[in-house]
Amino acid sequence: MTEDLSPAVRDLTEATRDGAGDLGLLSLGPLLFHWPAERWRDFYCQIADEAPVDTVYVGEVVCPKRWRFNRPHLQTVVERLHKAGKTVVISTPGLVSEEEDLALVEELIDLGLPVEVNDIATFGVLERRGRRGAVAGSLLNVYNEATLRYLAGAGVERSVTPSELPGPSIHALAAVGEPALEVQVFGRWPLAISARCYHARAHGRAKASCRFVCGEDLDGLPVDTLEGQPFLSVNGVQTLSGAYACLTGEIATLRGVGVAGFRLSPQDVDMVRMARVYRDLLDGRLDAEEALGEVEDECPHVPLANGFYRNNPGAAWVEA
Amino acid sequence: MTTGPELVCPAGTPASLRAAVDAGADAVYVGFRDETNARNFPGLNFSRDELAEAVDYAHAGGSHVYLAVNSFARAGDLKIWTDAIDDGARIGVDAVILSDIGMLAYAAETHPDLRLHLSVQASAAHPEALEYYRRAFGIKRAVLPRVLTVDDIRRHGDRTSVEYEVFVFGGLCPMAEGRCHLSSYATGKSPNTTGVCSPAASVHYEDGPDGLVTRLGDFAINRVAPGEAAGYPTLCKGRFQVAGQELHIFEDPVSLNAAEVMKGLVDAGVSALKIEGRQRGRSYVDRAVRTMRSLRDAALRGETPDASVLDSLSEGGRRSTGAYKKEWR
Repeated sequence: MTEDLSPAVRDLTEATRDGAGDLGLLSLGPLLFHWPAERWRDFYCQIADEAPVDTVYVGEVVCPKRWRFNRPHLQTVVERLHKAGKTVVISTPGLVSEEEDLALVEELIDLGLPVEVNDIATFGVLERRGRRGAVAGSLLNVYNEATLRYLAGAGVERSVTPSELPGPSIHALAAVGEPALEVQVFGRWPLAISARCYHARAHGRAKASCRFVCGEDLDGLPVDTLEGQPFLSVNGVQTLSGAYACLTGEIATLRGVGVAGFRLSPQDVDMVRMARVYRDLLDGRLDAEEALGEVEDECPHVPLANGFYRNNPGAAWVEA
Repeated sequence: MTTGPELVCPAGTPASLRAAVDAGADAVYVGFRDETNARNFPGLNFSRDELAEAVDYAHAGGSHVYLAVNSFARAGDLKIWTDAIDDGARIGVDAVILSDIGMLAYAAETHPDLRLHLSVQASAAHPEALEYYRRAFGIKRAVLPRVLTVDDIRRHGDRTSVEYEVFVFGGLCPMAEGRCHLSSYATGKSPNTTGVCSPAASVHYEDGPDGLVTRLGDFAINRVAPGEAAGYPTLCKGRFQVAGQELHIFEDPVSLNAAEVMKGLVDAGVSALKIEGRQRGRSYVDRAVRTMRSLRDAALRGETPDASVLDSLSEGGRRSTGAYKKEWR
């Protein structure tokens, strides 16, 4: 695939090969949902043109069958993001169990962009190619200093904290210094991944004949309790939180303890607006309360949560 | 001596361990009485002294003892986990079962002769991952996550020298183990952090007009009509509203019984068959070991064992071969 990229992009990717360069303060995590390919392309082009984020993660984390739709638009998207001055990191599959998963890992790695690793198998492939992973994604189990130090030794520059990691653990990890930490501050948390496709199951289909039914739910398929309370969200083989993470009230503390990066996970809302809100919060143009007001205004249909950080059930909202 | 895969059996108490050894378990896996293992339940597990006695008993009976230190060490509290590894090595367990990269690195460096098994909680589902762990930490065996088909296991086995251990009976996680935060999302506690899933302290029952409502934390995860059987309310076996229907969206209330595919697993060359259930009592262990031995031996003779002989040992719910068959997906 590298050959397909334009010379300008190829030069850039060669220059930054493996090293992620400056990942900056604010990032857009990989789109976890299966959006129509044109919408996928247009979304990233709009992000390139309008969203004040430093780094954009692009790739496929959930299901390798989806990639064929987005693959034809990748070059356009990467070029556009690079021209806008964004760092682009390629995100790789979260559960590598079948050859299909591994083939996608290899294809994405061989683009030559810095890599976000989401399954240990991907470290194995990178190592055999004499490469390294730039970012350890949140689907890797990095719970403590010992694991973080091992990753630093393996050349990882940034580690995204697992969804459930409580505040005290994040603070202890931030104190290690390398790799730098990135924490998700907006969007549904990844909670679980399976070999079973729950989208197919909900529609009475087998995984092998899913007919991409996950593409019907741009923001995930709601899983509510029998009492009608929003709870979880299904995205193919992945289960996400029903609530959107919203750490507007925690960002100042996180920065204070040395967290380097803040991740917005794309949802079916105005992500350019969300990027501006979090950028303004980071730059001091909005205070936490104002930023929360903006998030609530943009996402009135979804509960917000900060429970994991607050050492509570993840779904909880704890007032600052 | 055994032929074919060894039988790895659970023991939550010294009495269960003796029962497993007496019933002919090739190996018994245990944990310390703290948050370092993924079955951190009240009244369960071993003190240091109990483990030392258990290792002596097992070795005298010709069985191995594997120590599970398979939760993820909490930042700032690593010593609880490194002590568990050190004490296991000192006591002379035959292997420690680890999932945390930091703890694997510690064990490989501090105890180079200690045999390391990769826990199912590490969720290593492909030979690329297993080979990476082998190169990095020298693991000898991996307990495979319950996401693979028998065909996957057979195909993968040729591409790694790491031994395979597979679950054949007990609980059935539909998610890749060690990568699931559902329990902590609802309750604040999870297998990775505190060694519990859907903890009993967070379970509440309420009588409602349509039956008994089961609550996990703030969330109703099931409603059971009068007379309907109900197992332990694990989150992923709950019933929810999805796409206009009431569904067990993640998994039906089933438990794993791989007897039907045992011959396939044996033919695939797995090194060990694992029975889940450190939380179960001594009589369960005794019967499970004896029954599973006979099933393994039947599979070795080329027969397909009768799965129903295990039904009386199940904690309730229908039997399932889980991910071992492709249609489960």
